[in-house]
Amino acid sequence: MDVARVVLVVMWVGLTLYALLAGADFGAGAWDLMAGRSRPGMPRRKLIERAIGPVWEANHVWLIFVLVVLWTAFPGVFASVMSTLYIPLTLAALGIIARGTAFAFRKAARELWQRRLFGGAFAISSVLTPFFLGTVAGGIASGRVPPGLARGNIVTSWLNPTSILGGVLAVLVCVYLAGAYLSDDAVEGGKPEVAEWFRARALVAAVVIGAVALGGLAALRWDARPLYDGLTGRALPVVVASAVFGVASLVLLWWRVYSLVRAAAMLGVIAILWGWPLAQYPVMLPPNLTYRQAAAEMSVLVATMVVIAVGVLLIAPSMAWLIDLQRRGLRDGESPE
Amino acid sequence: MGTWQPALGLLAETARMAATAGAGVLEVLRNAAGPASPQDLLAARTQMALSLGWHIVLACLGVGMPALILLAEWRAIRTGDDAYMRLAHQWATAVGVLFAAGAVSGTILSFELGLLWPAMMGVYGQVIGLPFAAEGVAFFVEAIFLGIYLYSWNRLTPKAHLLAGLPVLLAGTASAFLVVCANAWMNAPVGFTPAGAVVRNVNPWRAMFNPAVPHETLHMIVAAFMVSGFLVAGVYAAGMLRGRTDRYHRLGFLVPFTLAAALTPVQVVVGDWAGREVARLQPAKFAAAEALFQTRAGAPLSIGGIVSGDRLHYSIEVPKMLSFLAKGSFDAVVQGLDRVPRPDRAPVGIVHLAFDLMVAMGFALLALSAWLAWSWWRRRGTPRSPWFLRLAALSGVAAVIAVEAGWTVTEVGRQPWTVYGHMRTFDAVNPAPGLWNGFVVVTLVYLVLTVVTLYVLRLLRRGGQVIAPQEPEPAPGPR
Repeated sequence: MDVARVVLVVMWVGLTLYALLAGADFGAGAWDLMAGRSRPGMPRRKLIERAIGPVWEANHVWLIFVLVVLWTAFPGVFASVMSTLYIPLTLAALGIIARGTAFAFRKAARELWQRRLFGGAFAISSVLTPFFLGTVAGGIASGRVPPGLARGNIVTSWLNPTSILGGVLAVLVCVYLAGAYLSDDAVEGGKPEVAEWFRARALVAAVVIGAVALGGLAALRWDARPLYDGLTGRALPVVVASAVFGVASLVLLWWRVYSLVRAAAMLGVIAILWGWPLAQYPVMLPPNLTYRQAAAEMSVLVATMVVIAVGVLLIAPSMAWLIDLQRRGLRDGESPE
Repeated sequence: MGTWQPALGLLAETARMAATAGAGVLEVLRNAAGPASPQDLLAARTQMALSLGWHIVLACLGVGMPALILLAEWRAIRTGDDAYMRLAHQWATAVGVLFAAGAVSGTILSFELGLLWPAMMGVYGQVIGLPFAAEGVAFFVEAIFLGIYLYSWNRLTPKAHLLAGLPVLLAGTASAFLVVCANAWMNAPVGFTPAGAVVRNVNPWRAMFNPAVPHETLHMIVAAFMVSGFLVAGVYAAGMLRGRTDRYHRLGFLVPFTLAAALTPVQVVVGDWAGREVARLQPAKFAAAEALFQTRAGAPLSIGGIVSGDRLHYSIEVPKMLSFLAKGSFDAVVQGLDRVPRPDRAPVGIVHLAFDLMVAMGFALLALSAWLAWSWWRRRGTPRSPWFLRLAALSGVAAVIAVEAGWTVTEVGRQPWTVYGHMRTFDAVNPAPGLWNGFVVVTLVYLVLTVVTLYVLRLLRRGGQVIAPQEPEPAPGPR
């Protein structure tokens, strides 16, 4: 059995969960920014707070999971990425600090100006963090992070067309996911007018994503040819699937079939996320460092899998309980008012 | 048109100059991957120290405060005393905020391991990844159950709610154990065979359970409970000094202070054991901590003093005591810094001072704990002297100083090594240019974060209302 491949897949599952769960939390922060002035925005912000309050810390842990698995199982790749891309990653880290603390602090704030200040910090960092993480993905995917310590250019490795595309797409996807989830949550919480507000804007976001993705594919052809070839070659079915799911979720959102919107949007994002590694498999760092060459020793890979297996046994049931409590809270929370 | 021409010319000139300057900067950046400058190395070390020093306080509270909350909630259920329940609520609210700050500051550390020390992680990441992966699981469990605990005060029966809090305590303690396992490995690196620039025959389990694990983890976990107990008690001691001596405040002081005071003598014993283990595993660190320059039999214990050159001046000497503490015999030989090649020596002055500071704080807290114990034994009450409460109000600060000083001994005492005996800090650092700028930005962010966290905790203390990030009821908004 190719244990390195198993670990790679597991790591990517972790990344997918981070995008689906924490991505929506970041997106909710972006919605918070757009929710309007203090008074009309209040029911929207309240919903956002209720939706992500209990879960964001647990969702955030998926990022730590990905980092730890990467450095344990593929230490050379971790070192290359972190050393070359240290600027966007430092900025993303600062965004993570600002997002988490500002969100927690806003709850404690009494005065309007404090709530505005913390809310602003929460919302702006919710946009910047996925943007910088997206630029990191673009830098790696376009082959601008060579293996070795700080071997890539520390500026152009993340300020380039593919990175900008990655950053913008990351933010848009977060916004769309959150919009779809929040519409659903609002309906469940018995606030159809809030749901309508999110629905209209999520529709716009979906159309923008489609346009950016199509334009972006053209940009990739010019800026990152091997990635483009992979996406339009081996990974084409997945790319098409992401488009299909995207359009499906758009139509479902139009028809207000909220329960299915969530699933369709998730599947669309999953397809985008899996298209990238499929396009460059088995290469981990372009042009030619494969996951097999980058993998740690077998003893390490096996130990990692053992810990992850134990982790899943512990985490899955407790996570289900937490999500159940959160959803019940969303349903009951709104009714007494 | 004529009048515009000079302006346009100036504009074009400025643009050209800017472009040249930009290209120059890019050129500097492009010729990057040489060795890091001493300034960047210092910046990376200071940034890591700052981030760790910040996180460690929150991590201690994340480990210790759940114990206090559960203790209070358990007493509330047992006795039906409302004061206990109010305390549990109040502390849970604070933990909601502190845990958020602790979670993100911990994430930053895992970023920084790669951003600042990629050379270490590139080579040894696979050796030391296991405890971090396990810590990720423990932290995950902690975050989930904290969410459940804070979110379900009214959704579960009291006993079920108490039980839902137990995994928070267990997972928090496990996190502390696992992450200190990783640090212990840097002090006692085993579980691999060095082979030039790479490692072979990696045994991650052996690396995780390395010889430095037992004393380091126990010392840290006990410290975490002490920091939590003394810090929380200090807040209520300050309140009692201002005349708020109702049952709520007295219990808010007594419960955490008693827990911390009971652990203080334990910590003295554990610390003594840890010292002997360090003397065995890292004699160079031990010699630096004790500022022992000459290897000798019957070595004296030097307290305080100033290091200048290769000598310790103005210290108080206790004859033969160091030999006894390190080896259990007054005439044993203790290795001094003369056995350590000069390039392999830690900065003795800092390490010795930090060590003595830690010990001094520990014994001060022991004395304070003994005062309470004596008073309780004589007349079933806290000491009457206002000085007891004044000192107790400061006990949390003393415990934090002890922890920070202890980490200084561990980390600075290991220098110039990052992986003891295998990789120097200079070789571990990111060779990319400009790390200095990151340090400046991160320092500013941490400054702001410190001020805001303290401010928010004050807000929480003033308002009796329960507001946690996970709490279903939001704060009253604008009306």
